[in-house]
Amino acid sequence: MIYFFEQFVNGIQLGFVYALIALGYTMVYGIIRLINFAHGDVFMVGAYLGFFGFARWHLPYPVAILVSMVACAALGVTIERVAYRPLRYAPRIAALISAIGVSFFLEYFCSLKFVFTPNYQVVPRALPLKNYSLGGVNIPNVTIIIVVVVLAMLALLQYIIYHTRIGKAMRAVSFDHDAARLMGINVDRTISITFAIGSALAAAGGVLYITAYPQVFPFMGILPGLKAFTAAVLGGIGIVPGAVLGALIMGQVDVMSAAYISSQLRDAIAFSILILVLLVRPTGLLGKRGPEKV
Amino acid sequence: MNATAPKRGLPPWLERYLILLVALGLYLVLRWLYAVGAVSAYWQRVLDQGLIMALGSLGLSLIYGFTGQFSIGHAGFYAIGAYVAGYLGRTYGHGNPGWFLLSLLAGALATAVVAFLIGLPILRLRSDYLGIATMGFGIIVKVLLDNADRVIPVLGGARGMLGTPQIANLTWIFWSLIIVLFLFRNLVCSAFGRACLAIREDEIAADAMGVNTTFYKTVAFVLGCAAVGLAGGLYAHRYPLLHPSSFDFLKSFDFLLIVVVGGLGSLSGTLAAAVGWVFLLEGLRSILGQAFLDFRGVVYALLLIVVVILRPQGLFSGRELGILVPRSLQSGWLRSGVGQAKPGGERAGGSA
Repeated sequence: MIYFFEQFVNGIQLGFVYALIALGYTMVYGIIRLINFAHGDVFMVGAYLGFFGFARWHLPYPVAILVSMVACAALGVTIERVAYRPLRYAPRIAALISAIGVSFFLEYFCSLKFVFTPNYQVVPRALPLKNYSLGGVNIPNVTIIIVVVVLAMLALLQYIIYHTRIGKAMRAVSFDHDAARLMGINVDRTISITFAIGSALAAAGGVLYITAYPQVFPFMGILPGLKAFTAAVLGGIGIVPGAVLGALIMGQVDVMSAAYISSQLRDAIAFSILILVLLVRPTGLLGKRGPEKV
Repeated sequence: MNATAPKRGLPPWLERYLILLVALGLYLVLRWLYAVGAVSAYWQRVLDQGLIMALGSLGLSLIYGFTGQFSIGHAGFYAIGAYVAGYLGRTYGHGNPGWFLLSLLAGALATAVVAFLIGLPILRLRSDYLGIATMGFGIIVKVLLDNADRVIPVLGGARGMLGTPQIANLTWIFWSLIIVLFLFRNLVCSAFGRACLAIREDEIAADAMGVNTTFYKTVAFVLGCAAVGLAGGLYAHRYPLLHPSSFDFLKSFDFLLIVVVGGLGSLSGTLAAAVGWVFLLEGLRSILGQAFLDFRGVVYALLLIVVVILRPQGLFSGRELGILVPRSLQSGWLRSGVGQAKPGGERAGGSA
């Protein structure tokens, strides 16, 4: 039973990291209906910057997270400006292909010898390890930090979306671009800010991820990216609480299937569950089910 | 076909089979080039790879380009065809051409059956959700292949499978491609093709006009997957190592890129993009040279972004070569170019 609860704690830790990545996917999808395949690679860049921050430049851990978030926000805005904005009114698939292109670019560019090199690098411990015990269940301090940081960011995000002008603009743009523009909302700026927030969250996710799973390599973003994206779809893409719910489920599925069934088959199990859920609820767990507009 | 067909030019019956004649000519030229030794073994392999990718991409072209069913799990079906045909060829074939043909057909059939079983439930999903479900399927296939050696040791699991007889040569690959191309051309220019296009443009409207959308979506999906299964079988008999990592979701991206860059709803575009894509990747290898090999991925990614920004509707943007689809076979709607490059439906912006 203790084993189960320890796995459960691991699942929560992973789920919260997925949640940060999934939020970026879901916000971007909500606002421009684009599956931003490059998001997983922004997560990777964030992880590297965090790694450099606390391991090479010896910044304090929270500062390293902040630096990485700011840099990735800039990266996200640049990506949107260069690769997606020219395709805003092109067929949707064109932007998707562009996103795949950006993803490849980030992966291969970061693999270059004078950038991050293609090698795996071990990340030194950012914080001294401490274990707390709760009824015999070990809870490492990393888990607690991840949960606290993610919850704080979720609260901040909730505040931004529902209690600020920019949040209102984001909701309006995601509802209808043209109507929002007619109401005097600067659509391009709103979209840029959405990318900035989403990318900053992914960067934070990256730094937290390598704190818990200490290694970095240029292709590390692919699988967590896919998982987080799946989580966003599972919860109902475009819906912020759905992304968090989906991510928590995804974290548990990942950890539990590795613990109890087979670590090799865990991706297959995760995606089987996704397909089954979609068959029962074609727009995700919290997705709107209303009749389709013609 | 119709009464107002132009008087000049080829008679319509010849126009329809023109593609086969052109293919024969091209084939003879290629064989002649091979015979005089103008094409090195390396470039022969590249060409074969291009033709195999073209065959697989034609399948996705039917599914996504013509019927609008977003699929990013195409490599999963490619893998099924490759492993089924490869396993049969390796176990029973031993290089016998009759067995080779049988295992190719078995691979395509097995892929079609799996596609039917998977497609029937998931084709109810719309656009991006369908894409994600197919992507999930592709990843499941890859994970299962990675662990397949636990059930069937010969498949080799993550170590890959060796020992499939290498008997797929230009003749097999080229003519498989041409036959599938010819069949798909006829399909796309028939009432079936128009139903598919109607579904692509607006599924609800097509349904309202009495098009049995489930039927057409499923058949297009099954046929498209059978084509890529056939491509997989050829691949297994052309390249000695079958490895699950050759069939991961990045491979699915390759098919998707080819179909989109070629232009949705254009068989000619798919063909050109597939062959061009393979030659581009290999060409970059020779142009950049050893010192710059690292930059290949970067250059490729940048080219992709630039091409899609400059031509978001794809290279052929829904048009066809006259050789492949003569005007007499094109419906007025296809000819006028209405609704071209529209799949993907709504523009990025605007209400859902």
